[in-house]
Amino acid sequence: MNRHDLKTISEQMKTKHGQFKQKVCVCCGAGCLSSGSEAVLKKLQEEVKLKGKENEIEVVPSGCMGPCNKGPLVKVNPGQTIYQQVEGEKVSVIVDEHLIADRPIEKMVLFSDTREKPFINSQEDPFYKKQHKIVLADCGDVNPESLEDYVFYGGYQALDKVLFQMSSEDVIAEIKHSRLRGRGGAGFPTGIKWETVYKYVADQKYVICNGDEGDPGAFMDRSVLEGNPHRVLEGMAIAGYAVGASKGYVYIRGEYPLAIKRFELAIKQAKKIGLLGANILGSAFSFDVEIRIGAGAFVCGEETALIASIEGQRGTPRPRPPFPAESGLWGKPTLINNVETFSSIVPIIACSGEWYSEIGTTKSSGTKVFALAGKINISGLIEVPMGTSLREIIFDIGGGIPGDKAFKAAQTGGPSGGCIPAEHLDTKVDYESLVALGSIMGSGGLIVMDETSDMVDVARFFMEFCMDESCGKCVPCRVGTKMMFDLLTKICQRKALPMDLERLEELAVFVKETSLCGLGMSAPNPLLSTLRYFRNEYEDYVNKSQALAGTR
Amino acid sequence: MLKTKKSFLDVELPKSDPRVKLIAAKIKKENYRQDALIEILHTAQNAYGYLPMNVLAFITRELKVPPSRVYSTVTFYHFFSLKSKGDHTCLVCTGTACYVKGAQALLDEIENKFHIKPGQVTPDNQLGVQTARCIGACGLAPAVVVDDEVKAKVTAAQINNIITTKTGVGA
Repeated sequence: MNRHDLKTISEQMKTKHGQFKQKVCVCCGAGCLSSGSEAVLKKLQEEVKLKGKENEIEVVPSGCMGPCNKGPLVKVNPGQTIYQQVEGEKVSVIVDEHLIADRPIEKMVLFSDTREKPFINSQEDPFYKKQHKIVLADCGDVNPESLEDYVFYGGYQALDKVLFQMSSEDVIAEIKHSRLRGRGGAGFPTGIKWETVYKYVADQKYVICNGDEGDPGAFMDRSVLEGNPHRVLEGMAIAGYAVGASKGYVYIRGEYPLAIKRFELAIKQAKKIGLLGANILGSAFSFDVEIRIGAGAFVCGEETALIASIEGQRGTPRPRPPFPAESGLWGKPTLINNVETFSSIVPIIACSGEWYSEIGTTKSSGTKVFALAGKINISGLIEVPMGTSLREIIFDIGGGIPGDKAFKAAQTGGPSGGCIPAEHLDTKVDYESLVALGSIMGSGGLIVMDETSDMVDVARFFMEFCMDESCGKCVPCRVGTKMMFDLLTKICQRKALPMDLERLEELAVFVKETSLCGLGMSAPNPLLSTLRYFRNEYEDYVNKSQALAGTR
Repeated sequence: MLKTKKSFLDVELPKSDPRVKLIAAKIKKENYRQDALIEILHTAQNAYGYLPMNVLAFITRELKVPPSRVYSTVTFYHFFSLKSKGDHTCLVCTGTACYVKGAQALLDEIENKFHIKPGQVTPDNQLGVQTARCIGACGLAPAVVVDDEVKAKVTAAQINNIITTKTGVGA
């Protein structure tokens, strides 16, 4: 296919969509599917057909709409009305009342159970109003299983622009200008990474998309891969063009079968019409993408371990330098970015780096997707500009803590991050501010804990995770995490001595400074941050142990 | 002279077994590339439900890689199992969100009734219990997967009923 064909598809889709008066999207993200949205989709399609309206009303599956615990969700366009917990009889009511009689049903819309006055137009609800969707922009509207639908929403236009109007240097300059930073967690400037790979001369280079979202409590990458796979694919192709790579790999967790299925389909569709493969859109650029399925090892999120895993080895990290940009997959220069980073590329190219850099804060531009979960009223997927405060995220968007309990801590960055207490709720979230608080941005999992959470047990939970997931290559991490876990267990069992607390702190610093890779270096973070903010809880345990010892 | 016992490495698999055919086809498709080992192991585990030793030996021979390489890869990744996971499985997510919302209580409840801990199978091989790091359904915490079906917001009072209704085990 060539550039002209892309335009034809877009126009065909416009005509096709133009025929319909209404578009009904049924969320088929993993959360809503688990709540039974597939049956809802089928029933809606049947009902619409039964009423003879199949030429006026389009019913399609879509990606994640956000508030996962309210699923299955159904969105009606135009009007952006979202219905929550749609099941059984509610389907017929939506068809008869809203779709045919054009009377939106207020008592069934999103948050109708919790808000006094729910919003017919979902976008006016505080949950959506404070968000700024760039990565998730079309997620929830676009049909993830249709390439044509993606093209209708402007898809592959950025790739077209890059291939015919920009040089590799132009693309890299644009990304640098956007000040986009790696969304995997560490926040390395993406433009600089691309430039480094671009500058190495080699017969073969690779692009890898890191979709090994191992942090428990994080499901951003999953939702993007499931909800808008073509966006990731397009971002990877643009990256391939910019750095001079002709082959890409997507590494997806084995625990995400739906993401794998949708991405496989996306690759197949793109290959079929020549958006992947040789001479894309008639240009000189060729690019191919293959999926690699992870087999359940948290450490494989570390880039060198991930590369080892793609090579079919045990996923153990190796010392850097050399960085993958110089010597990565099979010793070749390799660009490795996270799913969310690749999804941010398309809007940056389509609009401009300038536009993107104006969103967010001076040091951290753009938006960040967070997965809200834990003790919070609305759990699900959100996207906010960098610099939004934790209070806004948890209380304005997430609707606060259930059961009038008091907020205790927010955990970001998974097992590599830390717990942020109530006194820092007004911190503007960006890479630097979270590090200053002893946590990290991480990939975007945000777990809320209320007053009933035992912070020592939380630290123990994460330490157990790191201990299990330590690959065993370097001693500080392999032995250190085990020793810290034993000490934490001892504290929880009220058998600890005051000196155990000291030893724990000493060990934490030691492991942090001497481990080989990011897993070990960050493993003590949950422990250190809870010690920093909730030391009294540790001391309580130790004092109780002392008292118990006295009675023994 | 030492009498050598026949090793499991030399045990041939029945070529007519459709599962063996499936693995052989995958190996061929991957062009006998050693770096496709993990992909091939995925296929094998899908076919058998776990990775029996003689299947590993078969892969070792076909790919011409040392048995140690295959064994070390299998034991490194959580996804691969050397033991049968049971005819029916119940997987309790123990990710952070599920942990905060009481996944441990679910495991305790299962242990009370079926007397099995995570990673164990009932003596009649009917039910196996596993834990997962995070299945990414945090909005539905605590989440449980019973025979590939995700159950959302499960309470300790419900869990055993859910298992029995879905699998028939413990009725």
